[in-house]
Amino acid sequence: MSEEKKVIVELNENPEYIINMGPQHPSTHGVLRFEVSLQGEMVKYLIPHCGYVHRGIEKMCESLTYPQIIHLTDRLDYLSAHMNNEAVSLCVENALEIEVPERVKYIRSILSELNRIASHQLWWSAFGMDLGGLTCFFYGLRDREKILDIFEESFGSRLLHSFIVPGGLMHDIHPNFKKGITDFIKYFRKKLPEYNRFLTGNVIFQARTKGLGILSKEDAINYGITGPSGRASGFSCDIRKIEPYSAYPYVDFKEILYTEGDTFYRYVARMDEMVESMNILEQLVDKMPDGNEYTAKMKPVIKLPEGEYYQRVETARGELGVYIVSDGNKTPYRLKLRTPNFSNLFIMNKLASGFKIADLVAISGSLDLVIPDIDR
Amino acid sequence: MEQEQLKEKIIALLPEAEFNVNKQYLDINVPSDKMHAFVKLLKESDDLKLDYLFCLSGVDWKTHFTIVYHLTSTFFGHSLVLKVKTTGRENPEVASVADIYATAEFHEREVYDLMGIKFSDHPDMRRLFLDETFIEGFPLRKDYKDEINIIER
Repeated sequence: MSEEKKVIVELNENPEYIINMGPQHPSTHGVLRFEVSLQGEMVKYLIPHCGYVHRGIEKMCESLTYPQIIHLTDRLDYLSAHMNNEAVSLCVENALEIEVPERVKYIRSILSELNRIASHQLWWSAFGMDLGGLTCFFYGLRDREKILDIFEESFGSRLLHSFIVPGGLMHDIHPNFKKGITDFIKYFRKKLPEYNRFLTGNVIFQARTKGLGILSKEDAINYGITGPSGRASGFSCDIRKIEPYSAYPYVDFKEILYTEGDTFYRYVARMDEMVESMNILEQLVDKMPDGNEYTAKMKPVIKLPEGEYYQRVETARGELGVYIVSDGNKTPYRLKLRTPNFSNLFIMNKLASGFKIADLVAISGSLDLVIPDIDR
Repeated sequence: MEQEQLKEKIIALLPEAEFNVNKQYLDINVPSDKMHAFVKLLKESDDLKLDYLFCLSGVDWKTHFTIVYHLTSTFFGHSLVLKVKTTGRENPEVASVADIYATAEFHEREVYDLMGIKFSDHPDMRRLFLDETFIEGFPLRKDYKDEINIIER
């Protein structure tokens, strides 16, 4: 056989077919590129390329004061904005050894839990839509609007509030705050069984997600997969239980743990978390002290003493860590953000190899990635 | 395990460890040639079992660099901070722990991308966020200059 014919025969027997999923793609929910190598419809391996939304937040923070940093941390994982703000505020307060009033602790935890429910509602809408059930998008967002109305009444903005600042809160909450939350809980408890009727019990959904993308507990710990994705594999990583902060020591709730670790149980873990968040909210609203204090006494210029400080917080997607190295000035010397989505992304190759492209969409949807959190 | 007990066990495993002042965690400086073996011991020893690396960062101290590892144990609940110094500013290099903790593979790529610290025996040492054609340097270093995009205060 001639040289040319040999090469053509070889290429025909072992074709390497690489396509790009992204950076613009409706299912990646953000600017992320997957370089997928295919054999027919089956994925052989997958390389994620991130960095399209890299804004240099860590470098910017080295020239900003601590209250100014709050506005940047909002934009990391924008669906858990309050929890990001809380992480930096708690780090600064622990460094300065300031104690915030009890009422502020309760309001911070209430906002975190409301944000968690809103984030999971948006995740559910997008996940259902990715798998083909377009109606899920409308139902989830309709119910999320109730939470965004509560936020807009108190803070003026729907998504990025920059409300939790070092020392306490930016200003006091609206008088209708408590009533808005109790009304929402009554409303959403009736709507959540609808969600289960839509997807959880649906035969097609179960066939598409059960037994898919199984993550073992050792892999979850080794790769640092936290949040509901890790807890569905049995990795007990809830920071609200390990190192409780704000008002979490005062409430009673259970950590949602499963052992199967496949796509279906990552889904069920998030649905159960929504129910658990509503239980926590009821307890917090009940116990919240009255009054109108919203901040502790702070100096006008915040300077952290020399040293290093680390704070861990549970966002909707996993463990967020804030590491501040200070040399005594009013700007940090080094600020490192350990974001949950950065660690969660790189398990995609191991989970999706050997499955079809449609399964890749289901797996990346169940990991719930928000891309600006990966790139910072 | 309490901090005092932890401190004794660390000294028994590695006598050259120096301890820093840190209110939150037990903070250890480790010489860079003994670092890889020590970290492997920390993960595999039965009474320490530090199996979860939750943060890997690089800090630029102008005369040298430091890599900071935050480790914790999912079995016992204790945590540690390890610090490794590089010998200088030119061609800084540290051993990679990507074979011990799988998450370190990507955190180390990020540290290389933004600070220029190479990790030896890393399976895939190349830039992560920035383009391969970015030759202007390493942005997170303190001496990085960009006339157009960065305003010095």
